[in-house]
Amino acid sequence: MRFVGLVWANLARKKLRTTLTVGSFAVALFLFGVLVPIRGAFSGGTDVAGADRLTVINKTSLIMPLPFSYRDRLLGVPGVAAVTFATWFGGVYQDERNFFPQFAVDKDTWFDVYSEYVVPKERLAEFLRDRQGCLVGRSLAKRFGWKVGDRIPLRGAIFTGAWEFNLDGIYDGKRPDVDTSQMLFRYDYLEEQRQFGKGTVGWYVVKLANPDDAVRVAAAIDDGFANSPYETLTQTEKAFAASFAKQMGNIGLLVMTIGAVVFFTLLLVTGNTMAIAVRERTGELAVLKTVGFSDLGVLGLVLGESVLIAGQGGALGLALAKLFTLGGDPTRGMLASFYLPWSSIGLGFGLALLVGAAAGALPAISAMRLGVVDALRRV
Amino acid sequence: MVRVDGEGNGGGLIRVRHLDKKYRRGSEEIDVLQGLNLDVEQGEFVAFMGPSGSGKTTLLNLLGGLDLPTSGSITVAGDEITHMSAAKLTAWRARHVGFVFQMYNLIPVLTAFANVELPLLLTRLSKAQRRRHVEVALGVVGLLDRMDHYPRQLSGGQEQRVAIARAIVADATFLLADEPTGDLDRKSADEIMELLGRLVREHGKTILMVTHDPRAAERAGVVLHLDKGALVEGSAAAGIPA
Repeated sequence: MRFVGLVWANLARKKLRTTLTVGSFAVALFLFGVLVPIRGAFSGGTDVAGADRLTVINKTSLIMPLPFSYRDRLLGVPGVAAVTFATWFGGVYQDERNFFPQFAVDKDTWFDVYSEYVVPKERLAEFLRDRQGCLVGRSLAKRFGWKVGDRIPLRGAIFTGAWEFNLDGIYDGKRPDVDTSQMLFRYDYLEEQRQFGKGTVGWYVVKLANPDDAVRVAAAIDDGFANSPYETLTQTEKAFAASFAKQMGNIGLLVMTIGAVVFFTLLLVTGNTMAIAVRERTGELAVLKTVGFSDLGVLGLVLGESVLIAGQGGALGLALAKLFTLGGDPTRGMLASFYLPWSSIGLGFGLALLVGAAAGALPAISAMRLGVVDALRRV
Repeated sequence: MVRVDGEGNGGGLIRVRHLDKKYRRGSEEIDVLQGLNLDVEQGEFVAFMGPSGSGKTTLLNLLGGLDLPTSGSITVAGDEITHMSAAKLTAWRARHVGFVFQMYNLIPVLTAFANVELPLLLTRLSKAQRRRHVEVALGVVGLLDRMDHYPRQLSGGQEQRVAIARAIVADATFLLADEPTGDLDRKSADEIMELLGRLVREHGKTILMVTHDPRAAERAGVVLHLDKGALVEGSAAAGIPA
């Protein structure tokens, strides 16, 4: 701690240069803090998928339905605790650009299986009473300024016609990364109104009694429906979400590539700055060695400066990113969730310190190896 | 008693024997110091004079453990320093040597107080203890009222006095001064020499100084000339017995 003053004083030597370098870190870490939620949003819920849930879809394609009659057979598979189902609706609200996902769900079982959705008791009761009722996520309601009691008209794209829903409630997520950009309405309303596909559902979601049984139960389900007109493909919800996300391209790789390029650039910029800083005070470093600072001590001082710059910039950038993400999805609905978890903030800060240490390593080593007599001669 | 004949009894503070230092410049080998002997006792004030390139600063660097001789030995307060590892030598330097440079070599971003405190950061002294030591050192050089000033806010003479305070703050066994008045006007130079003389007379410090300035050398008790890589005794200044 007694050397912190010395490190601070050296950083204050060229205030503009230090500020710009700290700023570089801040910008890079801000970018990191924004890219992480974007990657999370495009991962299609992979990170938040339940470990105790399986998704059962038509083996041919996700867009092919499954018979409603499968529900009871699924409930009979050993290891299955609960079953619910959903159908993709694909309606348009006012304009195609106002896209958001809408699902017809089983009102009686959906929230038992998806316990991470939080709906006020009286709102859920209203939803159960109201055949035309719907529930929307908090971010979706915020996006369109909806409030409970509003009528929401949708133009059916798959199930044609004009559809109207009563907004019975707004749900939140138990965790900040739960998708609250969806609209959920009752399957029985869809079933009653649609012109085709009656008696079918889009997919089933199976809740396991024991997550360790996932492989066995998935195999049992698919074996049970093998050679039927509607063969199934059962996979963990995580695998399902990942395969769904892949349809949009490898966003994760893109984000990682951008991040890597930014951090590498930062490494070069900071390394260059620290090299200049060390070269400028060759004589001073020699004096420190003369008065008794060891080679390792001088190495530590230079590394300390670099890491302190990185720490300050990183903390600033991540704090700004956190504030930015607290403001919600900046695309007004393109991103299912927009949340920067604390674990990613920790990771980002650690990366910043690592880059700071790496950038300062070469200048610090050259300072460590500095010959006192030669350096003093150059003063 | 300062001796350069290598016949000292070994009871002094500094004992140098058969010191050689060669430098290589390209294919040429230059003998800077050749078979140099020196004995210095506690409380001596020794000035080294000689033409440029005669090896004065090289000798000072060797005595201060900043450089290693080609051969020969240097013993200071019983420690033979020529065979110490770099790390041990650094620790030894922190404990035993105070350096004063021609260009003061203060850290410009630190106040006078922080500059003087630098050697103490390597000790186990508490913050309060360090403060007391720094205040005493700055008091000795008469700059207690300038402790919060930065080097740029001080005159050359004041900067050199801060550098002297830095050299004495950790109670070094001896001081090495390389042209301490070389960058000062006459008045400031006299003040610095008066201060160094006082450190010897009143505080019992041992000082070895390199200088080109005969007036500065007069203040030393013993003047030694470097000639062809060896030391030759000169005249002793009045007032301080050699």
